[in-house]
Amino acid sequence: MERNPLRRQLQIMRKSLFDQGYLDEQFVQLEELQDDSNPNFVEEVVTLYYRDSARLILNIEQALERKPYNFHKLDAYMHQFKGSSSSIGAKKVKAESTLFREYCKSGNGEGCMRCFQQLKKEYATLRKKLEAYFQVARQAGPMETACRPK
Amino acid sequence: MAVNGAVTWLRRAGEMDGYGLSASDTEEVHVLAVDDSHVDRKVIERLLKITSCKVTAVDSGRRALQFLGLEDEKEASNGFDGLKVDLIITDYCMPGMTGYELLKKVKESSVFREIPVVIMSSEKVITRIDRCLEEGAEDFIVKPVKLSDVKRIIDCMTTDLRGGINKRKLRDEGEDRSSSSPTTVDSPTRRLKMTSLEEHVFSSKK
Repeated sequence: MERNPLRRQLQIMRKSLFDQGYLDEQFVQLEELQDDSNPNFVEEVVTLYYRDSARLILNIEQALERKPYNFHKLDAYMHQFKGSSSSIGAKKVKAESTLFREYCKSGNGEGCMRCFQQLKKEYATLRKKLEAYFQVARQAGPMETACRPK
Repeated sequence: MAVNGAVTWLRRAGEMDGYGLSASDTEEVHVLAVDDSHVDRKVIERLLKITSCKVTAVDSGRRALQFLGLEDEKEASNGFDGLKVDLIITDYCMPGMTGYELLKKVKESSVFREIPVVIMSSEKVITRIDRCLEEGAEDFIVKPVKLSDVKRIIDCMTTDLRGGINKRKLRDEGEDRSSSSPTTVDSPTRRLKMTSLEEHVFSSKK
């Protein structure tokens, strides 16, 4: 049981992110790469992810404005986006990416559009939650080890 | 980290004196990591550093060949042993040159064909995996890459595979993985290559 109130809060936030399905095991993998020499590694990777993927989101948005849809192109963008999302353990975002690709493969334009709206929501929600999480993490100071969620 | 039974052409400590590198530097495995995704490059770099490797990370097959000195298909005349690459780990799906194409170029080179090449891919396509292994890839990792994947690769690299003794095989966790190996995979090296695929395809969890 964590006595330090900030660390306690951090633990609760972290557990919630996993319990609610926002993050998966890959996030824990990243945490395990963090140490005294790289104390902000996870935050750095996540920041990089949001910076990098913004371009892909924009590309997809623009591609969805051109009819008829180029499903091949849409799928290619989403493949890249899904890869990065998977690398940071963004579970819900990754699931939406998978669904989007399935719609691309079946040529379902409306499905793509709907799915993309949902994906953007998940992407934005995760960002807010992680920003809040890292803010507390910085205040709380370095944690000892990553604990595996149940 | 002591590297025993080293990869055959890891340079000897004595040769490095003139370049200001310590003995421990010469024992470090130098990995060339190739991935167009910035996020993935950052992660693989960290994974390799944690496994005590020296890392050069590039964003394309083209740049990888440039680094090796193979770009214009001239043989690299690299006077600096310190820049020698011990392992190439590359993403499969990349714009321009794919990881598979990079693998082929490396294996076609008389200078670099001995460098083990590991392919990473988010897609577990059996035909793709087979094609890479047939072309001489050492192993195939399914993304997202985990620390255990990298540790296994580096660990295997520091085992003399040509000697025929596969340390990993001897130390095998011992579960159904080895018995469920396809019968076509009979050499220790091929069994090693199937590991990452099996972990993902045959694992019962999740």
